[in-house]
Order: sequence, then structure tokens, then C-alpha cells
Amino acid sequence: MTKAPPARPERVLLLGSGALKIGEAGEFDYSGSQCLKALTEEGIYAVVVNPNIATLQTDPPARGRTYFQPVTPEFVEPILESEKVDGILLSFGGQTALNCGVTLHRQGTLRRLNVRVLGTPVRGIEETEDRARFLTLMQRARVPVLKSHPVYSLAEAHRQARDLGFPVIVRVAYTLGGKGGGVARSPEELDRVAERGLRASPTHQILLERYVGSFKQIEYEVVRDRLGNGLTVCNMENVLGMRVHTGDNIVVAPSQTLNDEEYQLLRAAALRAADACGIVGECNIQFALDPRSQEYYAIEINARLSRSSALASKATGYPLAYVAAKLALGYTLPELKNRVTGVTTACFEPALDYVVVKHPRWDLEKFPRAGRELGPTMKSVGEVMGIGSTFPEALLKAVRMTDPRSELVPPVEVREPAAIREDLSHPTPQVLVHVLEALAAGIPPKTISELSWIDPWFVEQLREVQEICRVLGGMAPGSAPIPLLARGKRLGLSDRALARLLREDEEALRTRRVAAGLVPHIRMIDTLANEWPSRTNYLYLTYGADADEVGPSPAGSLLVLGSGPYRIGSSVEFDWSTMNLVDGLKAEGVPSVTVLNSNPETVSTDYDRSDRLYFEEITLERVRDVMDKEGFAGVVTSVGGQLPQNLTPLLAACGIPILGTASDSIDAAEDRQRFSSLLEKLGIPQPAWRAFTTVEEAERFCAEVGYPVLVRPSYVLSGAAMRVIPGRADLERFLSAAVRLSPEHPVVISKFLEGAFELDLDAVSDGEKVWVAALLEHVESAGVHSGDAILVLPPRRTSPRVHQQMVEYAEAMARALRIRGPFNVQFLAVNDEVYVIELNLRASRSLPFVTKATGVPVLREAARAMLGKGLTGQGLAPVPFGRWGVKAPQFSFFQVEGADPLLGVEMQSTGEVACFGPTFPDALVKALVATGVRFVPRGGQAFLSVGGPTLKERLLPAAQRLRALGFSLAATEDTAAYLEARGIRPVRVLFKIMEPEREPNLKTVLEKGELDLILNVPASFTQEKFERMLEDEYWLRRRSVELAIPLFTSLETFTAYVEGLSWLREHPLTVEPLYGSDLPGRTLSLNSPRSVDLNRADREASSQKRRGRTAGRSKERKGTPTSTSIRTRPSASASGSERRRSPRRAS
Amino acid sequence: MLLEDGTYFEGEGAGASATATGEVVFTTGMVGYPESLTDPSYRGQILTFTYPLLGNYGVGDPQRRDAFGLPVSFESGSIQVRAAVLQNLTEPHHWASALSLPEWARRANVPILTGIDTRRLTAQLRTQGVLRGLVHVGDPLPSRSALARALSGAPRYEEEDLVAQVTPQRALVVPCGRRGAPLVAVVDCGCKVSLLRSLLTRGMDVLRLPANEPVPERYDGRRISGLLVGNGPGDPATLRGVVEAIREVRRRDLPTLGICLGQQLLGQAAGATTYKMKFGHRGQNKPVLFPDGRAYILSENHGYAVDPKSLEGTGLRAWAIDPDDGTLEGLRDPRGRVLSLQGHPEGGPGPREAGFVFDLFAGKVRRSA
Repeated sequence: MTKAPPARPERVLLLGSGALKIGEAGEFDYSGSQCLKALTEEGIYAVVVNPNIATLQTDPPARGRTYFQPVTPEFVEPILESEKVDGILLSFGGQTALNCGVTLHRQGTLRRLNVRVLGTPVRGIEETEDRARFLTLMQRARVPVLKSHPVYSLAEAHRQARDLGFPVIVRVAYTLGGKGGGVARSPEELDRVAERGLRASPTHQILLERYVGSFKQIEYEVVRDRLGNGLTVCNMENVLGMRVHTGDNIVVAPSQTLNDEEYQLLRAAALRAADACGIVGECNIQFALDPRSQEYYAIEINARLSRSSALASKATGYPLAYVAAKLALGYTLPELKNRVTGVTTACFEPALDYVVVKHPRWDLEKFPRAGRELGPTMKSVGEVMGIGSTFPEALLKAVRMTDPRSELVPPVEVREPAAIREDLSHPTPQVLVHVLEALAAGIPPKTISELSWIDPWFVEQLREVQEICRVLGGMAPGSAPIPLLARGKRLGLSDRALARLLREDEEALRTRRVAAGLVPHIRMIDTLANEWPSRTNYLYLTYGADADEVGPSPAGSLLVLGSGPYRIGSSVEFDWSTMNLVDGLKAEGVPSVTVLNSNPETVSTDYDRSDRLYFEEITLERVRDVMDKEGFAGVVTSVGGQLPQNLTPLLAACGIPILGTASDSIDAAEDRQRFSSLLEKLGIPQPAWRAFTTVEEAERFCAEVGYPVLVRPSYVLSGAAMRVIPGRADLERFLSAAVRLSPEHPVVISKFLEGAFELDLDAVSDGEKVWVAALLEHVESAGVHSGDAILVLPPRRTSPRVHQQMVEYAEAMARALRIRGPFNVQFLAVNDEVYVIELNLRASRSLPFVTKATGVPVLREAARAMLGKGLTGQGLAPVPFGRWGVKAPQFSFFQVEGADPLLGVEMQSTGEVACFGPTFPDALVKALVATGVRFVPRGGQAFLSVGGPTLKERLLPAAQRLRALGFSLAATEDTAAYLEARGIRPVRVLFKIMEPEREPNLKTVLEKGELDLILNVPASFTQEKFERMLEDEYWLRRRSVELAIPLFTSLETFTAYVEGLSWLREHPLTVEPLYGSDLPGRTLSLNSPRSVDLNRADREASSQKRRGRTAGRSKERKGTPTSTSIRTRPSASASGSERRRSPRRAS
Repeated sequence: MLLEDGTYFEGEGAGASATATGEVVFTTGMVGYPESLTDPSYRGQILTFTYPLLGNYGVGDPQRRDAFGLPVSFESGSIQVRAAVLQNLTEPHHWASALSLPEWARRANVPILTGIDTRRLTAQLRTQGVLRGLVHVGDPLPSRSALARALSGAPRYEEEDLVAQVTPQRALVVPCGRRGAPLVAVVDCGCKVSLLRSLLTRGMDVLRLPANEPVPERYDGRRISGLLVGNGPGDPATLRGVVEAIREVRRRDLPTLGICLGQQLLGQAAGATTYKMKFGHRGQNKPVLFPDGRAYILSENHGYAVDPKSLEGTGLRAWAIDPDDGTLEGLRDPRGRVLSLQGHPEGGPGPREAGFVFDLFAGKVRRSA
């Protein structure tokens, strides 16, 4: 008998994951978007709660409403109520959504409002989240798990370690992020690690576990329906084993080193575990498997869509999130269709006839103080996926995908074996290069494997790469026979790599191989290894195929290049732009639009979102390969961020038609010299600047225009190596580093305008008409990277005269450069004077925010412009009356151990949110809360530390306001004296950390948890004698992040925060959708029907603060203190009625 | 490699230098090549792997035996396919590996053709149906016409008595090691080791019988309490003697389980007919749907199936189907005395969660013992 399906819900709330952060990134736009597709198909009214403005899932819904609100219980509860939803989906928005949903359940909110959790029941989620319950459950399911042994003393630790056998891993109970723990390989190491752990633990408890770092790390993706039908969609093997977090690992699908017995052993365990948890939908299970036996352990289960499930979806073509959503609605697996074939059922396990390699993208150079060694904590910010017929082909593709300049070949200079051995035992992002280097140095593969814990099979595969490189490197230029080149190609070497090895010209080599017919062929990903014909066009190129499986697209078809891996400075906003342009082109009647992208965390790599999808490298070579086959009428490079944009001149030089703004115009905007001449010609002011090749010249210029100056190399994104230099000594010190960084490009120095307002303008042009979608004002003054700044729409501190100038300048530039497509201009405004600092002839980071806030369909219009049609509007678009929008950055400092949370001209944020409201502070508070900034409206103790008299003076208004709000103030001696002298008193003096003998000392007070708010704006000089102080300040900032104390390093952000605090005293926050399919127009009503009172939330949170800080144990790897205490932690002491916050009506 | 339609593939040779002819089929399984290559059901066939990397974990020790004296990670004592066709061989590494795949094939005198675009080959087999083919490894390379002559002169798959090549020569009891275990007769047309093991681990002694022999009521003084008709190669319609033997024993109303070829033979014994499929089901990812809405992923390897239209009046009814193409994947009689699956609940290679049929069978055997 078939169990009757549950009633179909009519109105469903989907929780998103909020801003992108390390460990919770773009993959959740993919899962949420697929989920919405499933809901739309069913005609279900979908309410989306997600403040991540740059996502596709928050575009205007087909049927439903979208709320840009923090994904926290107090904000979601009123939405559940007012939208009268009857179902909620918790598993599509990462840990954020899961935590929020579990809390709503525990508070009784869901029961009270008759909201059903769709999919895996909360019980199952809790059992996967709570370590103790997880162990019990797995034992019941006959799935082996590693036990945690709590110990309270060093002696106990030694006893336990003897029982377990070395190495052991020490975890510290009740600290966030596993801080203070570590691996002990010997009793001596245990002394050190356990001692440190016991000291770090507030309960003097540490947990000992057997360390299985050398085990294989194998994951299975399981789907299961309400009847208990379950299957594994994919399994994956982590090349760096258990030692490295899967998010930082190089992952191959399917597993390569497991035989059938092992594969089935783990597969069966995965299905038993999913059964035990009662999964309905999708889950990910991670196993550790002994490389020398069949001993294995389940490490953890994610009872939700995850980064791995997004990867598995792209790797197999099986739309996991879509299927999971349908299963949550009550469908069974055999009832669902395989969307690739259109005829077969979704109840099958994909068979791959290719190899997939996922490679992380790290941006550790953005965090100079962060450690580089890979381990149990994730540090990468994005990922790519290479597909090939051999493991090396897929891997080498993936490495180029992370950065087109990189290539996985042995280094030219091979170091001493000892140094290489050392690197092999301490893997960094360079670990695979070190393996190749080791092979080149003659270190035996067995030794390499022993040191690196990389399975010998993978080392052997890398040896093939090293071997072909060695052979090719030994050939005379032009003498390499085609079969040898073919072998190199099958192993994934690029033309450039081959040319370098052979010391030949790359172009000549390409010509030679193409003439010899050595070209890659198009293959299709079809989930069934070609057993059934495929309806979709999910494609990749490989040198392992004999022929193309598809012919060229119809005449007049276009190619759009995607964003590549998410990284700091280029993220989900460019996937949003890519897809919005694709939709625009389709709407304008383009017969077929193809997307090429390399990032598995995206919506654009869903094969049913475009006519064709190439999951491929965004490199010149590969785009040319594709063009040779497809002959597209044009290529769009301007919506995927800087990576495709950089290809524009190269593609144009090959005669490939670029759709949109001409390549020469782009060069005119990106080449500082040309751009400067253009501005001069147009009479547009710019900060004084010059390019230099010697330090002497630079110093003369700086003396002339006066310090501070901004120093940067040309052709950069997100300010790599760019810095504000306050004085001459620093200039000398910095220049050596910057010049070394980019020898082909001169260093550019410009006058740095202090105290200037920074503004952005986003617009679209057809070469004649210009439609300015919005002007955005930065909260922070110039000096904070625009990606790290809080952006306000409309501007509130600059004059209409400034705005008028901005529009005029933008129009002048657009016409001069005949811009056809989206563009963004960055301005500075000082005393009503407007300066242009940058022009980007591509979709910008702020475009999703602007489009959603103003309704100007910039990319729809861009599509028209690119196709030679005129824009449908022009001039400056009005901002909807009574609506303020605030876009705020999301930082991942907590996740990157050691990273300094100090803002500067280098971009460091990993994501963003935007919230809206009837006033600036209303929108601001919500945006900050959504990025995990805690508000403490009830007051507390604020520590203020600013360097230099100018800054101190500018601090006064905010300090006064804090006092008025009832905050007690604390500061170091100088600042305290300054404030008291100006009537702000009392100010508690805290002594510097470098004077530990003096109490009350900042360090003690901070550690005791007495500080609720911290402002630290370092003085902008770096003389040697202050270095100790800088170290102190670094410690203060770092510790604040770790303790989740609100920290500000920019005075303007702090001032805005205080404004928010003050607003919260008097006002509840509005909770309203930005748009809905059933709402008239897109305006925000001022009479907010629902609201949230953060005062109350904060009171409750603060009463739990001490507990909260020590009680977040469940799955500490995932919980991050970027979450605020407003995201209330459920507490046994708070009774249901006390905790229930009925939303107040705003009067 | 030359196919009967003239398609020609050239790659690199591995394994034995030899020429082999047979029916070319493909499997989409991603692991388990030692199991597949030794599966007697592949007898007479040239097996193409769609997964591009093979040999990764080598081959286990052919001498190793489990507690029942059966080979470990092999489905029979030797490689059964005539040749293997694949994309890439890799250098093996695995703790349980005793030798490499090409070395193993060389010793078994089985040629391996690598460097082949097996996805293209698969597309061809899918659209045209299975084809006869020839694989030659070794220097010098004969001319294409010589290969064509050799291929046309080779026996056709349906004409070969493949079961005779893989059935045991004489009856043989494999004890499960438990005292008082019931004895199950196996009509062994080339029964997989995993299938035997599935009975043994559930506490049944196994009597392997040569395919054409009648099933006795007692063996060595012990009553036979159940019947397993196992897998094997070839066209079931040609196995008249086996069908006759099964029809005979069915009168005794023993608990009966059919697996793979066994289902086809049970169907024929009951009066149903079988047909040759276009390109068969070979892989480890096949859905099998039961009437209660439960579905299981099954390992499959079959090129023939029971025609569902021929079931009327046979006393058997459809128990499970393939939801993709409607192929009959399971049969049962109304009382559940006879159960059969077209796929392989024993795995080897592949999933084993449909192993519940062995539990059902074991229960009935114990009750009738």
C-alpha cells in the first residue's frame, strides 16, 4: 500500500542563507533557485526571506514575495504570520536557514502558527546537529562513528590518549571554531596541545578523539523520499584526505581509489544513516576510510543542501536541490522525471563517463596575517570544477579555472628535497605544485604519499603530468611530434604550458596543432553515460573524444562568459548579471544563447537556464576552441566581472566579435594614461596622479601634491596591492613590494583626498542615450574599498549639485567611449567638487542592488544596447519615494584564523546584503544585523580607540551620543583624556596591552567580557617605534572578532552604527517585502504592518550572552559568531511564553 | 576493433595479444571491474566500459578465498569476457591489489583495447542495438578485410552454447558452516559467486547443479528445501533442457528464487516467452519499482527479458518493473512461493539493498525445511 501523500502546502516560506561568507557561499543561490523553480511548477506561493541582494533567488518572483531581511527568528516570525504560510523549507539556505528554522521550531512558533516543516523533520536535523544524539543514532543504524572522550586533566588526557593510540585530536569544548585544539602525534605534543586546550576551555574540559587525518575522506550525496526510497546521487573523494576540510580540499567525483566492496560498504552505510535520520529530501554524509583496510567511520551528516550537493549536482547533471524540493512537497522518487532525458525517472543513480575535479579558490593573500596551512578549518572563498576524460585533464583544467594565469606544472626551479618534504607535510594551497616539484626532485612517489597523505594513485597521476613535462622540456623547439602533443593535451596541458615547455610561440603552436586536427571535442553530460539520449545541452570539451556530439548553434547565436570562481571582489553578483543578461538577450529574440562558466556554485551553470552550457575554462584558448566550433555571432564579456572582461582585448585581437562596448573603449577606460587624457579632454576633474618607474620620481611627485597618496598598479580588481601611503618613509618601504608585484606595469600614484565622500553611479548606455539607474553614496569616506563600504541609496550627505555633476560626467564619458552596455563610475566629492576616480565598462558589484531598489532593468536594457537597439529610458531614474536601501558588506574574518579585520583599500569582504526601509537607520540596522553585526541598544560599555587628533575630534559627536544613550565609555589614556577634556565624562581608562602590569588592562577587561562595543581606528602611520602598539591593536581587533563583540575600524561606520542604536531606542524595525507578484507597483508603504523590536531581542540575548558564548557547542565547526546574539540561541531557562515575541504594530 | 556494421576503432592494446570475437555490450558501472569481468553472464561478450578510468585499484589476489572457499572480489574463477574495451588504464594502487588489470588479463589471455572513445561506441550500440565485433591486440595489425573475414566466420552469440562453458561439470555442495542448515539447489548456468554467497551468509547450504541436470528431491541423503535459478550467459530460449528441468521441479512447490537468467528461465518454464532487448541493461544504477511505490537501485546485466504480454495464464505476475522503459524486472506467483528479479540484488558489483528478496526466500526455505 502506498502511503497517502501529505496535503500539498499552498504558501511556503523559503529561508535563504544571507550574505556569502566562507563556508556558506554561492551554492545556496543555486539551491534556493532550484527550489523556487520546483515551487513555481507546483503553483505554490513562495515567500523568500534572504537579504542577499546579489542572488537570483531574490529576483522578483513568479508567484510570491521577497523579503530582504535577516534570516533570524525574530524577523522570520512576523513574516510567517503576516504571509499566512503553511509550510517552511529549512534546507536550502545552508546552516543559517537550518539554525533559524530549528529555533523557530523549538520556540513553538511553527506549531503556534500551524506551519509545517517540509522535508526532513526537525527531529532528524537535530539528531545530525547534536554530537551525542548523532553518535547514538549512528550506532543504532550500525554505522561506526568516532567517539569523543571528555577529559579534565593532563593525566586523564594521557590515559585516554594511550587507550586511543597516537595521533589524537584534541578539541576544546565550548569554544567557537575549534580554537585551541590541535593534533598530538606523541605524548610530548599532547602535553603542549592538551595543556593549551585545558587552559582555553571555560569548563576545563577537552575532548579527545582518535585522529584520522591520514584516512580517505569520502562523501556521499543521498536523496530519500517520504516512502523511504533512497539512493546516492554521487560519491566524491577528497584528494588531500581527512587532513583538510572538504571545502578546502581538491575533490574528485566519482571516487577513484575505492573498489566495489568499499564503495558499496560506504554507500549502504550512507543509506542506513539517511534512513535513521528520516531524511526527506537531500543529505550529505562524510566518511573517513582507512587507506589500508575497510575500517571506516561516519564523520558527519548535513541534513540539508550543501556545497557538496551543489557540486554533485553539477558533476552529475542530477538537479539535487530541485529534486529535494519536490520530495519535500511529498513526491516520491519514481514519480519524478530525470530532467536530462525527459523520459526516464529521477529514481536512479547517475553514471558518469568522465572525471570531475573540484578545486578551491583561496584568497589568502588578502589576509596577510592569516596562516596558509590547510587543515580542518575552511579558508577558501570559492571553487571551480574541471571536467575531463582523465584525472589530469580535469585537474589541470580546474587549476587554470581558479586563475587563468596558473598552470599545474612542475616549477622551473626545483628546491632542495628537505624543503619540499617540509612543504609536503604541511599542505598549503600550493600542495599539488609541491608534489610535482617533489617528483621532479626525484623524491619517490611512495615517500611523497607518506608525507602528504595523498593516496599513491593520485601521486601516480601527477607523475604522468611531471613526466610529460619532463619529456617536452627536453625537446628542441618545433620538434615535438603531434602524438606527443596529443598526449600532453589529453593530460590537460594548455597551449601556453606546452609552448613554455617547448620554448615555442604559443600562437604558432596552436596553429600547428589545429592544422594537424589536434582539437578538443564537445561532449555532453547526460547523467546516464549515454545510455539514453539527452534533451539538454550540458557540454564540456575534452581531448579524450573522437568527435563532437553537437553541431554548431543556429546562426545569430551568442555566447555569454560567466564569472568563474567566486572570490573576493567577484562573486554571486556576476552570476546574477550573467543570467539577467542571458534572459534579456533571449527576450530580445536572440535564437540561442550559450553560457560558458567554470563555477559549480552558480545558477548560470544550471543546464536548463540557457540554450547551451559549456562547463569550461574562461581562458583565451578555450573560448577560441568553442568559437572555432560554434562560430557565435558575438561574445559578451562584460557581465561576468573582471575575469571575462580581461579577455576582451585578446578575443578581439583574434577577430572574435565582442558584443557590447568595443574592446578599444574598454582599454581606454582601463589604461590609466588613456583614461586620464579622456577625462582631460572632456573637462572632467580627477585626483592628481602620475605613473612612475622609479622611487625618486615618485617621491618628488608626492612631495609636490602632498601626502597622503594612493599607490596602485594598473589593471587590477578589488585593489590588490593598492594602499594609502601617509608619508615618505612608508612610500619607500611599500614601493619595493608593489613594483616587484607587477614589473610590466608602472606604479600609479594619485593624490588621496581625505574626508571625501565616495559615490558610485550605475548606468546603461546605447552609445547615445544614457540611463542612470542610481547614485550610491558610501557611508565610509574614501580609503575603504567600495566593496567593503556600506552603500546608501539615495545619497544623503551630498548635494543635488554633486549628483547633477555625476550624471553629466557619466553621460559625457558614455558618449565619448560609445558605451553599449552596463557601466559603473566611481566618484569622489569634496566640498561639492566631483572627481572621477574609475570607470568600469561592465556590470558592477552594485548592479543587483541598484536594479532591485529602483526597478530599472539595467541588463534588459544592456541586452538591447548590445543588439544595436536603443534604450527605452534615459536620464537619472527616480528613487521610489520613501524607500531607503542600504547595502552592507559581509566579512569572514572569524573563519580565517589570524586575519586582521581592519578595513582599507584592499577589499576583504566575502559577500553582501541589502535591506530596505522607510528611513536610513531602519534599513541600516537590518542590513548590519543581516551581516552578523550585533546591536546593543540597551547600552553597555564601549571601548574607543582612535589615533591622532583629527580622528579624535571627529569621534566627539558619536561619543556624545553614546553617552546620551547610556553607554559607559572606556578608552586608553590619551583618548580618555581627550574626551574628558571636552566634557564627555566619565571615561574609564584602560591600560594598553603592552603594559600588562597596569590594571585595569584592556586585555583583562576584554577577556572578561566587559566590553560590548569596540571602535579601533589606528593612526595612519607605521613608524618602527609604534609597531608594538600596532601589534596590540591587531590583537584587540582579532580578539573582538573571536569574541563576537561588535568592532568598527572606520569612524563613519561607527557613527552610522550609533545612529542605528539611537533609532532602535525609539522605533521597531519594519518588516516588509520589497516586491511581490501580487503587490501593486513596487513601492514600500510607510505603514509597516509588521515589525521587530530589537530592544527586546537584545535584552533577552544579553541575558543569555555569557551562556551563549559558552554553549554554542553543537557542531562548532559550522556555527560562526558572525551570527548575532539576536539570532537567539535557544535556552532551556527561557520558557516558551517568555521567549515568544509578538510583533508590535508600528503606530 | 571492428564491428559487424563496419565501424572501426583503433587504440592501444593491453592485456593479452590475441584476437577475440563476441557480442559487443556496454556497462555504465563506475566501479567493480574485477567483478564484471569475471561475471559468467558476460561469457561470449566483449565488454565496453563507459567509465573512462579503469584499473585504478588493481585486482585482488585470485588465490584468496572467503570463509566459504569462494573467491573474493571475483564472480568466478576467471575472466569471462572475450575482450574489454575502455578509454584509459591507470597505474593501480590499493592495499588489496595483488596485480594490475592488464597483467591479470594477459595471464588470462584476454585482450584489452584502450584509448577508445567508448562514449561514441556506446551511442552506436544504443542506437543500433548490440553488435557483433572483433578485438585484435598485437603486431602486426591485420588488414581490415582480414578482420572482417574473421568476424563473419565467428559463431553468433545466440548460436553458442555458452552455458556449457560456465556451468559446473558435476554437482557440488557448498556448506554455509551452520549445523542443520537447509539445502538449496542452484540451477547453475554460470552462477555468480556473490549470488551463492548471498544464500550462504543467510544460513543456507548450496548445491550447485550442472545446468541440464534434473533437480533431485534429495541429495546425499539431505532433502532439498529450496531452488535458486541463477544468472548465466546466452539466450534463454535456447536453453530448453534447463527449462525442462525447472518445469519438472516446479511441480514440487519448492520455495523458488530466480535471478537474472533465472527469471527468464522460470518465466519460460511457466509458459511465458522471452525476447532479446536492443542493447540490454548493464550497470549499477537501475531503478526497479515495486507496486507499493518502493523503488530500489539495482545492479543489472541482462540482454534478454520476459515479455510481460506473455504472462497471462502462466500463474506468474509482474512484481517489479523498470520505470524507465517498462521492462519486467520481477515476477512472483500469487502465493509468493516463486519470486524472481531480473537484476542482481547480490551486487557484485553494485548495490545490495534489494537483498531483502534473499531474506524473503530464506524465510520460506527455513519454513519448508
